[in-house]
Amino acid sequence: MSDKHVMGMSLFVASEFVFFAVLILAFVFYRQSPANIGGPTAFNSLDVPTTGFYTACLTASSVTFWLAERSHRRNRTGQWHALLLVTILLGGAFIYGEGREFADMSGQGIVPSTNLFGTTFYALVGFHGFHVAMGLIVLLTVFGISLRSRFFRGAAHARAIRTIAIYWIFVDAMWWIIFPTVYLWSLGNHGILGEPFKAVPFR
Amino acid sequence: MSSTARPSNPLIPELDTPLPRVTDPTGLLKWIGSVDHKQIGIMYMVTSFVFFLFGGVEALLMRLQLSQPRFSFLTPQDYDQIFTMHGTTMIFLVIMPMLIGFAIYFVPLMIGANDIAFPRFNALSYWLFLFGGLLLYYSFIGGGAPDAGWFAYAPLSSEFNFTANAGMNYWGVSLAATGIGTIGSAVNLMVTIWTLRAPGMTLRRLPLFVWMVMLNNVLILAALPALNSTFVMVLFDRLLHANFFHVPSGGQPLLYQHSFWSFGHPEVYIMILPAWGMISEVIPVFARRPIFGYNFVAGATVAILLLSLLVWGHHMFTAGMGQTLDIAFGISSMMIAVPTGIKVFNWTYTTWKASIHFTTSMLFALAFLLQFTIGGVTGVMFASFPVDWQMEDSYFVIAHLHYVLMGGSAFALWAGIYYWFPKITGRMMDERLGRWNFALAFIGFNVAFMPQHFLGMIGMARRIYTYPDLPYWHLLNLISSIGAAVLAIAVLVFIWNLIYSYLHGRVAGDNPWDAFTLEWATASPPAVHSFEQVPPVRSRRPIWDLNHPDRADWKNPEAVRGI
Repeated sequence: MSDKHVMGMSLFVASEFVFFAVLILAFVFYRQSPANIGGPTAFNSLDVPTTGFYTACLTASSVTFWLAERSHRRNRTGQWHALLLVTILLGGAFIYGEGREFADMSGQGIVPSTNLFGTTFYALVGFHGFHVAMGLIVLLTVFGISLRSRFFRGAAHARAIRTIAIYWIFVDAMWWIIFPTVYLWSLGNHGILGEPFKAVPFR
Repeated sequence: MSSTARPSNPLIPELDTPLPRVTDPTGLLKWIGSVDHKQIGIMYMVTSFVFFLFGGVEALLMRLQLSQPRFSFLTPQDYDQIFTMHGTTMIFLVIMPMLIGFAIYFVPLMIGANDIAFPRFNALSYWLFLFGGLLLYYSFIGGGAPDAGWFAYAPLSSEFNFTANAGMNYWGVSLAATGIGTIGSAVNLMVTIWTLRAPGMTLRRLPLFVWMVMLNNVLILAALPALNSTFVMVLFDRLLHANFFHVPSGGQPLLYQHSFWSFGHPEVYIMILPAWGMISEVIPVFARRPIFGYNFVAGATVAILLLSLLVWGHHMFTAGMGQTLDIAFGISSMMIAVPTGIKVFNWTYTTWKASIHFTTSMLFALAFLLQFTIGGVTGVMFASFPVDWQMEDSYFVIAHLHYVLMGGSAFALWAGIYYWFPKITGRMMDERLGRWNFALAFIGFNVAFMPQHFLGMIGMARRIYTYPDLPYWHLLNLISSIGAAVLAIAVLVFIWNLIYSYLHGRVAGDNPWDAFTLEWATASPPAVHSFEQVPPVRSRRPIWDLNHPDRADWKNPEAVRGI
C-alpha cells in the first residue's frame, strides 16, 4: 500500500462499494414486493443463460488483464498489447450484451417507470454498466498511449497499470455480487411472481 | 534539440518537436490553472465564504419573516425555497468545503510535505465543488430553487406533483457533483497523510488536526457514496418516473429515510471532526502547553467515527421503526456522548491552571467549548426517544443543530481563521476588531438561538413560514431575530477585519504565536515550494523543540503531560 496511486484507487473503490450497496439493498428490498404481481419481475423477465455468457466474458477480461499486466512487467510488448486488446474486446462484449438486454426488455415494455422491478433493475445494472464503460475508456486510452509510445514500460507505467487493474477487477467483483443477487437468485419456482406477464411493446 | 544527441536512457523520450514554452501564468490564470495545494486551499476557503454570505442572507430573510406573527414579507413558496437553500448551502457549500479547504492547505504543511498526493485531482475536486454550487444557485433563475428541505424527504422531493418546479433536479445533480468532488478530496488527503509524511512524523506524532482530517476522510468515504445513490434514486423517480418512492406502485418512503440518514448522521460528524482538530491546535498553543491526553483525543475520535455509522435511526424515531430499533438507536446515540465528553474534558484540562493568552482565536475556541457542550447535551436529550417524540420537528431541533454547527463548527472555523490567517497572508489579523467580532458573534449567536429552545418547548414547529400570535411566540421570535441581526453585524466586522488586516495588518513573521507544528516552519505566506528543509521531528511539537532546544519535548518526556 505504499504506492500512492494504488492506495488512492483502493480507497475510491472502497467508497464505490458503499454506493452500490444502497442500490443492491433497494433491489433486494423491493424484489418480492406484492406491487409487482402481474407485471415484469426478476423471476419472469431475465434471460439468465445469455447474461451468464456475458458474465463469463467480463470475468475472463479480468484474467486477461492480469496476464497482460504480467507480460508488461516482463517487457513482452507484443504480448501486452495483444492481451490488452483481448481485455478490451471482452469488456466490450459485456457492454454489448447489456445493451442488447436493455433493448430487448424495453421492447417488451419493461422500463424504469414500469414497476419496482424495472426501477431497481435499471438503476443497479445500469450504473454497473456505466462503471464498466468508464473502465473501457480508460483501457482504450492506455492502449492508444501504449501503441503510440515506444517507451510505455518501466516502474511508473507498471504502477499506472496496477492502478487501473484495481478498478477493472473491482468492476468484475461488483458484477459477481450483482449477478447472483439479480439473476441467479431468480431461478426456480417463485409462484405468482414468476408467472409470465403480458408484454406491452414500449411505444 | 539536435537529432544526433539521442538519449540512450529509455526513460527519456525522443524529442522531435520543441517542448512547449513554459511561462509562469499571471493574474486570474494563475488561479484558474493552479494545481498548488495552497492556492486551491485558499480558493476553497474564499468560495465557501462567498457561499456563507449567500446562506447568511437567506437566514436573515427567514428571521425577518419570522420576527412578526402573521407577517407577509415572504410567500410560503419563497420561504420554502429559502430555508431549503439556507440548509443546503450551509452544509454542502460552506462548512464542508471550508473545512476541506483548511485541510487541503494545512495538512501537507503540517506533515512536512511539499504538495498533496494528486495535485491535478485536487484541482478537479475544487472545480466540481465550485460548479456544483453555481449550478445549485442557478436554480433561482432556472425554474425555481429546491423547496423540500435540505434532507428532501421522499416522496415530497421525488414526485413531480409535489415539488413541481425544477429545483429538486438541480438539487440532486449539483450536490452529486460536489459530493464526487468531496470523495476525491478525501481520497487525496488520505493518501497524502499515509504516504507523504516527513521522516520522524509517525502516526503518534501527527498534529491532532491531521488526525481529525484523516478520520474525517474515512467517514466521507463511508458516507458520501450513500448520499450519491440517494440522489440517483430521487433523480430516477423525478426524471424517469421510476418508482423507488412512488407509493401507489409499492415504493416505500422509509427506504429514502434510511439511505439518506445513513449518510446524514455521519455527515454531522464530517462537519465537526476537522473543527475539533482546529480546537485541538488552537487551545494548546494559547494555553502554552501540550494538549492533555493526546492519545485519548485521537482514540475517542476513532470511537466516535465507528459509533457515528450506527446511529442514523435517531433521526427517524417518529417514523415508526418499532421499539426494538428505537431502543437500539437510542442507546448507540447516547454512547457517542462518552467519547465526545472525553474530548471536551481533555480540552478543558489543557487550559487548567495554564497561562492562557486570550487572543481572539482563543476566545472563539473557549466559546466553542461552551456552546458545543450545550449542543451536545441537547443532543443526548434527543437520543432519548420519548423526548424526541415530543421535540421532533420543533424549534428545539433548530436550536440544537445550530449550537453544534454554528456555535460549534463555525466558531471553531473562526478560531482557525484568526489562528492561521498570519500563515496564509503573512499579516496578523487586527485584535481590536477581532474582539468586537468575537463579542458580537458570541452575543448575537446566543441571543438568536437560545430562545429557540424555549420556542420549541412551547410548540413552535420548524419549517413554518409564519405563526399565530400565541403567548410569548412573538417576543421570543423577535429576540431571536434581533440576535440574528447582531450576528450579521459580527460578520460585517469580520469582513472588514479580513480586508483591513490583509492590506494593513502587522507583518506576522514565520511563527507569530510561538506555535508547535510544522506549518510554522515555513515562510508566511509559504513559498510555492513550501519546505527547503523539513525540521527534524522528534516529538509532537517539532517547532517548539527547534525554538526551545533546552526545553525540547524529546529531552524530557516526563515533563510532557500525556496519558
